[in-house]
Parts: sequence; C-alpha cells; structure tokens
Amino acid sequence: MEQVPLSHVLVLSTALFFLGVYGFFSRRNLVTMLMSVELMLNSININFVAFNKYLYPHQLEGLFFTLFIITIAAAEVSLAIAIIINLYRKFKTIDIDDTQTMKY
Amino acid sequence: MSASAIIFYILAAIVLTLGALTVFTRRIFRAAVYLLLSLVGVAGIYILMEMDFIAALQIVIYVGGIVVLIIFSIFLTHQAGEKLPEQSRKHIIWAGVLASAGLVSTTWVIYKSAFKAAGIPAIDPSVRNIGRQLLDYTHHGYVFPFEIVSVLLLAALIGSIVIVMNDKN
Repeated sequence: MEQVPLSHVLVLSTALFFLGVYGFFSRRNLVTMLMSVELMLNSININFVAFNKYLYPHQLEGLFFTLFIITIAAAEVSLAIAIIINLYRKFKTIDIDDTQTMKY
Repeated sequence: MSASAIIFYILAAIVLTLGALTVFTRRIFRAAVYLLLSLVGVAGIYILMEMDFIAALQIVIYVGGIVVLIIFSIFLTHQAGEKLPEQSRKHIIWAGVLASAGLVSTTWVIYKSAFKAAGIPAIDPSVRNIGRQLLDYTHHGYVFPFEIVSVLLLAALIGSIVIVMNDKN
C-alpha cells in the first residue's frame, strides 16, 4: 500500500463523494437519495482512514472519527427509513415532488 | 508496482463503477444491490490499509444493517421490478454541473497540495489499542464522545419506533 500515493486515495474518495452529490440532486425518490447519502458518508470515511494511515500513523484519531461517523450513519438511516415509511402510509408515494404539503 | 498497489487500483475501479451504477440505474432494487457491492469494495480498501477493525465494522454495520434496512424499505414502498420514472432534464443538468464542478475543483486542490508521508513509526491499530483509547478518560481518551454517541443512537432508535408506531385512536 506504500506505493500508492495519498493523492490517489483522495481522488478516489472525491469521485465517490461527487457521485453521491450527483445522485442526491438528480434523483426524485427518497430511498435512492438515501443511498446517495450513504455513498457520500463512505467517501468521507475513506478520507479519514487514509489521512490517519499516511500522515499521522502514530495516532488513532482518524479511526475514531470513522467509528463515530459509522454510528451516526446507522442512526440516520433508521430515522430516515421510519420517516419514509410514515410518508408512504400517508401519501402512497415517496417521490419528493408529490409530497409538498409542508412546503412554504 | 507491488501487488497491493495493483489490488488497490482494481478495488478503486470496482468501487467507482458500482457507485456510478447505484446513481445511474433506474431499477431501484438493482441500485441497492450495487450499493451493497460498492460498500464491500470499500471494506476491501480498509483491509489494504491494515485497518481490519474498521473493515469488519463496515461489513457488519453497512452491509449487514444499513443496506438490509434499505432493501426492506424498498419492498415496503415499491412494486418489485418496477422502473423509476424518467428524471427531468433540468435536474440532471443541474446535478451534473454541480457534481463535475466540485469534482474538478477538489481534484485540482488535491494535486496542488503536497502531502508528505510522515516517517513516524506507526501505532498498531489493533482492537486492544482502539479499545484502550476509546474508553480512556485521561490521555486524550474518547470516553465522553463514546457515551454521547451511544445516547444519540438510543434516542434515534426510540424515535424511529415512535415515528412508525400506529395511532390507535
């Protein structure tokens, strides 16, 4: 792994992050938007682990941030899916263009 | 080029391809499966970086928990095999412009900055060392954020149960 420069790992995580950004803004379905958010969180985790491994190998701080991000992601997904299922019960759709009752 | 570098580039290509398929496919169940395989690829990258504990957590929590939850919610809210409706051209163009502008500028910044690898002897990221620092409350330990995040997880789980609970009256 020492032959791979840090910038290549960072480019990988950047590309994954902006794939997530593209999906988040182009999709109109709540579940697929949630998947895009998961892609973004994963790319951030790669970033933290890579910085920890390459620049500060005598510490474990990046690893702890990754642990906390994974926990937050689990909490976020459980809440988001609860909201999505509740929305589906009320509107029979999870397309965000059709569920605008609380807009404005 | 060593074997681990070759494996890294192969894994990176797999992760990016499957991530792109997740974002571009119009069949929602296939998107979930592509996301699952992409997350497994990310776990492989963690193993290459010798972060075995994080890789195990990635498999257990993301693949075993989050993607399974997403697949459950797909089956609760969609007909199986149904295609998503065509996206509007305006949204696709805006999202593409935003994402590619961000990608280009961030990549430019990464290539401008010179990251120097630290020549410091590495600490062993074993479960023993992680647990010691996570539960330490004297030397830069993480016991306080650990408690906070566990309370937050509990609150989120109870909150999601309350949200989906059926109203009896």
